[in-house]
Amino acid sequence: MEIEFVASHNLYWIISLLLLVGLYGMLAKRNLVKKLVGMNIFQTSIILFYVAIASKRNATVPVIDATLGSADPAHYINPLPHTLMLTAIVVSVATTGVGFALLISIFRRYGTLDEDALLKRMR
Amino acid sequence: MIEANLPLLVPLTFLIPALLIPLIGVRAPGAAYPLALVAVLASIPIAGFGLFRVIEGGPVSYTLGGWEPPIGIELVLDPLASFLTLVVTVVSGLVLIHARHVASVEHPDKRVPYYSLVLLLLAGFCGILSTGDLFNLYVFLEISSLSGYGLVAIGDKRSPVSAYRYLILGSVGTGFYLLGIGFIYVMSGSLNMADLARILPHILDQPAVLSGLILMVTGIGLKMALFPLHFWLPDAYSSASSATSALLAPLGTKVGAYILIRVLFFVFDPAEVEKRVPVASVIAWLSAAGVLYGSLMALAQQELKRMLAYSSIAQIGYIGLGLGMANPLGFTGAVLHILNHAVMKAALFLVVGNMRVQLGHSNIVAMDQRLSRQMPWSMAALVVAALSMIGLPPTAGFFSKWYLVLGGIQGSYWVFVAVILLGGLLNALYFFRVVERVYLPMRRGLPSQTIENGGPEVVGSREASLPMLAPTLVLAGGLLVLGLASSYLVNRVIQLMIPAGL
Repeated sequence: MEIEFVASHNLYWIISLLLLVGLYGMLAKRNLVKKLVGMNIFQTSIILFYVAIASKRNATVPVIDATLGSADPAHYINPLPHTLMLTAIVVSVATTGVGFALLISIFRRYGTLDEDALLKRMR
Repeated sequence: MIEANLPLLVPLTFLIPALLIPLIGVRAPGAAYPLALVAVLASIPIAGFGLFRVIEGGPVSYTLGGWEPPIGIELVLDPLASFLTLVVTVVSGLVLIHARHVASVEHPDKRVPYYSLVLLLLAGFCGILSTGDLFNLYVFLEISSLSGYGLVAIGDKRSPVSAYRYLILGSVGTGFYLLGIGFIYVMSGSLNMADLARILPHILDQPAVLSGLILMVTGIGLKMALFPLHFWLPDAYSSASSATSALLAPLGTKVGAYILIRVLFFVFDPAEVEKRVPVASVIAWLSAAGVLYGSLMALAQQELKRMLAYSSIAQIGYIGLGLGMANPLGFTGAVLHILNHAVMKAALFLVVGNMRVQLGHSNIVAMDQRLSRQMPWSMAALVVAALSMIGLPPTAGFFSKWYLVLGGIQGSYWVFVAVILLGGLLNALYFFRVVERVYLPMRRGLPSQTIENGGPEVVGSREASLPMLAPTLVLAGGLLVLGLASSYLVNRVIQLMIPAGL
């Protein structure tokens, strides 16, 4: 029973694992660039989560035209989470951009991106 | 015509100039400030009319693109949202009048991006306040967060590091919030708040819904700096420029508190949730710890801005306490404290801004009796705001704490009542430490002959110029007016906001 439950939700396990990897990277890594990488993994796992909840086997795009999609709404993939994730991807890119801009600024002022060295030089 | 569009109008008054400023600023950097000021001042009457209209005629709803909710995105102005929109516009208007000189002293070469980011921040705040859709709220939250990171980075030498920490922790917060919405969307199939309020009671027993709520509350807790998720706040507030901290400290965390109110009291039913997971109690206990922690840390600070940042953590604690009590009086106290704290924190940060510009420092140890002669009006504003922070009548701060204490008594939360009173005492300690230096004769630090001569030497005035002084005094005077008007506010306005479930 438990094994079946785990196996049938394997996608969600991978997503949870990614989420934890991302969080670990953001909070535990001492290198500021690695923190940003962690942040990207974290955000990607959330995006994958949304994509996963909307997908369904043997389903197709929600276009009413039978030649392009399917005339039967039961065969549609829910498009809303995907659309939401377009926004989330944009947000993620923007955050990464701001993050890198800050990293450049930090490096110019302190000459390091390692948190321990940074803390020493900030004193 | 205008009435139906009200929910969209305030965010748009900020958003359009925010995008225009970088374009115009390429040619005319001097145009950035007037444009920003016009936008903010124009938003005040709109927000005021919005509040008036909502109180007279009930909530106003606007559907984006004409798509009917719950499919389409809905913007809603209800009493709570329109009231806080007015608070945000008025406080930011006063701060922006003050900001001109501060910005030109502290970061003269960054004026164009600065004002553009300020307007984006405000657009995000007002969008959060007026949206009726959980995902749309996330988008506005990210708009305000991203511009917040940028604003914090425009400051002293350490500011990029503070901004980077804020960015990392802020992303964790918004990420958790987004994940929480995902859980709730899977179970309910809706993102519209009003629609969810109808659906959720039927599916509240699902673990996924409750986990979604917990994820969302954790994320919001990070954004509003609820103890123990506050690590980013002291650095971010103290290394940002004075104009930025005067804007972020009073408004940023309050908007976070608003999201908490919206999700916990309007989307979910707090009493029903409490039977399954004690979300409100946990918030209340953490807030109580935050009140004590923030006040004690504020006591230990040597720099005024950093002290105010820690005191913000304590004040957020008061708001969280009122919400966590989950009864009408506690809720009233929390909403009133959102307003009062916004005004008094803005006043205090403007005083710090005046000191930084006029004296070049805001070090508590270096403050002495000369200040009361050099900057008499700024220091008077400091005293009024400090009295309000402590909670002495007739200042506004007394009344919000009064309602919080009443809420604690009503719910028999004796520990919280004790924490509120103890927090007031600690507030008194850390503010009198500052006020004492300014107003009482010093026994140490001053040259000895001044004491022998019967007083400090006559010093010239170094008071801030009128555009900086006027907003400071208006905010400080506002604290007295708000104190006197508080029963009117509670009966006429806040009464309308109390959610049905309480």
